[in-house]
Amino acid sequence: MIWSWNTFLFGIYPYIAGTIFLLGSIIRYEREQAGWTSYSSQILASKRYMMWASNLWHIGILTLFLGHFTGLLTDILEWLGLDPVEHQWLAASAGITAGVVAMVGGVMLLLRRVLDPKVRYASRPMDIIILVWLLITLCFGLGTQFISVPEVIHDHVQNMEILIHYVRSIAEFQANPQLIINIPLIYKVHMFCGFTVFLLFPFSRLVHIWTVPLNYVVRPYQLVRSKIRSVV
Amino acid sequence: MKVRAQFALVFNLDKCIGCHTCSVTCKNTWTNRRGTEYIWFNNVETKPGIGYPKNWENQDQWHGGWILKNGKLSLKQGGRFWELMTIFANPHLPEILDYYEPFTYDYAHLLNAQLSETAPVARPVSLVSGQVMEKIEWSANWEDQLGGTYQTRSVDYNLRDVPGKDLLGEFEKTFLFYLPRMCNHCLNPACVAACPSGAIYKREEDGIVLIDQDRCRGWRMCISACPYKKVYFNWDSGKSEKCIACYPRVESGLPTICSDTCVGRIRYNGIMLYDADRIAELAGTTEEQDLYEAQMNIFLNPHDPEVIAQARLDDVPDSWIDAAQRSPIYKMAMDWKIALPLHPEFRTLPMVWYIPPLSPMGREISPRNIPSKAEDIIPRLESLRIPIDYLASLFTAGNHKPVIASLKKLIAMRAYQRSLHVQGVPNTEVLDGADLDEATAQDMYRYLAIANYEDRFVIPTSHQETMMDDPYDFQGQNGFVFGNESSVGISAGELFPRRRKETPAANVQPLHFVRHRGNV
Repeated sequence: MIWSWNTFLFGIYPYIAGTIFLLGSIIRYEREQAGWTSYSSQILASKRYMMWASNLWHIGILTLFLGHFTGLLTDILEWLGLDPVEHQWLAASAGITAGVVAMVGGVMLLLRRVLDPKVRYASRPMDIIILVWLLITLCFGLGTQFISVPEVIHDHVQNMEILIHYVRSIAEFQANPQLIINIPLIYKVHMFCGFTVFLLFPFSRLVHIWTVPLNYVVRPYQLVRSKIRSVV
Repeated sequence: MKVRAQFALVFNLDKCIGCHTCSVTCKNTWTNRRGTEYIWFNNVETKPGIGYPKNWENQDQWHGGWILKNGKLSLKQGGRFWELMTIFANPHLPEILDYYEPFTYDYAHLLNAQLSETAPVARPVSLVSGQVMEKIEWSANWEDQLGGTYQTRSVDYNLRDVPGKDLLGEFEKTFLFYLPRMCNHCLNPACVAACPSGAIYKREEDGIVLIDQDRCRGWRMCISACPYKKVYFNWDSGKSEKCIACYPRVESGLPTICSDTCVGRIRYNGIMLYDADRIAELAGTTEEQDLYEAQMNIFLNPHDPEVIAQARLDDVPDSWIDAAQRSPIYKMAMDWKIALPLHPEFRTLPMVWYIPPLSPMGREISPRNIPSKAEDIIPRLESLRIPIDYLASLFTAGNHKPVIASLKKLIAMRAYQRSLHVQGVPNTEVLDGADLDEATAQDMYRYLAIANYEDRFVIPTSHQETMMDDPYDFQGQNGFVFGNESSVGISAGELFPRRRKETPAANVQPLHFVRHRGNV
């Protein structure tokens, strides 16, 4: 592979980010449980505002994550019988909706974090950095739709197909950054920002995503721990 | 039957003078850190009043505790699925202003101020925003000694059904007593049930409810689930914290710091044996007013040979059975039935019980304005100033009978002792109708009036030899802080924002038992 910025940013950087993401998460989980938390600031101020802001943000961003995952890495939509144009219509409409929802929530969260004196005082620098970075990523993500939507209106889905191939080449450890060499810049910026989210992940409060408490639905209500060695 | 031992407390409200020594020693011991400024594991409220946090008793507002849904126990704040749905923003979470905005004063200004015509003033500074506060509006004991207007205080949930509620604001009719509060270390804790990550647990050995600070992820469901609002969110660490029943002291056979330092000697620590198999059944008693009786039924008689045999099978050490037999808690709750649980209708089976306060008023009695017994010194039950309705709302979900029975005994015991000490002749007549005999009256006097240290605190030491922990593991650790800055004095560089305090030299211990961290 010949050196170029494209090769580095889209052939090598994803693996750097991914490695730090995985290794960092594991090391932090092993060593730093005391700081492994959602760092909720809900208690500090504006509960009703947070009911809107936090819910919009989380629902929006989770939908986006699931959408990217299914659309780019799985064939579920194809199994459901959608052709590429329909796939792109679904991706654009769901993506824009969720993106706007997340954007509204995210901006509300950022305003609160910066403007409320209590929340501002309690914020660690990384809390602000990660939120701003996610919002930047989201902005470019929404920005791509200015290209995608006109394309899909004319039944063009070439860019989407290229991106699917590229993302899968990354996931299959057969990185082929040459694929996207002619893709519009805004897609590249969005992807770079996205990879960087993974890079920042283990150093931020985002680690709470790893410990989403799904097992709560099935576990017994009461927990008792014993330190007694069995006498039997 | 599954016998478990529970560390329990009784507070004798009749002797509480509202000095807040318990709160202050507790705070100095456990919550004098950043993020915990507003947190009082122990606080003392003046009743009537809305308390700390504001109006905590009103579960229509806060949705804490348990309810019966189709005959089954369910968290009032919602089922498991609903709880996960509300995890992004908990609709029932109090805000810090529901507690109060913690503050300090800008004392340095008193020394550094320029020469001026008026004396310099140390202005209050918020400890959560770092900004100067215009006015301090509320605090953890804002209503101390009936502070504030009656309008504010009369929102008190326990006054809702008291007849003549509005008249109680009048100077001649008003009443007050103190209500010290801490975590109840419930048998059916709602905080444990609500914790999505399973970080809160009850200790098998002594029933103390703790939050695993390594496992807590700050989902903050416990805070709204606890009907007593005794789980708090540390805004700095992003994790929940609560009273730990001073377990390092209790394990060594010492009373909790709040109990040990209580100047009124109102606090009792002891062991209760209970049947863990009946928790759900008894907490699910249909009628709220029967919950007090139901909780008494869960306690086991430590003198019963069958109970003792089963306790041994269930790993309760003999020294603990012995402590349960001498338990002041058992005497007051079960033998004498003078101690009552706080708000049993929350269905958490709380384990801090209260002896209701008498409300003596010698000045009213002497001119014979109020009918009284025993030479007109000790007031009659029906002339007590605190409405029975009020006490019943606090302690028995509105059932008058246990409250009256308890007060009767307290009055009779006093009348009897007065006859002994003043006339020199025991007057057993006063014991009639209170279901008391002379021996019990003497015993109650010993425990309630004399309240010797060894009678108040019957705490068996924990049996570390039966534990899986290797105590060497914990050497060199420095208590309740975050990060491992004092582990072995070597900093390997900060890879992440906060560092867990790891057992420093676990790998060089000659004897190293496997540490057990799972749930049972």
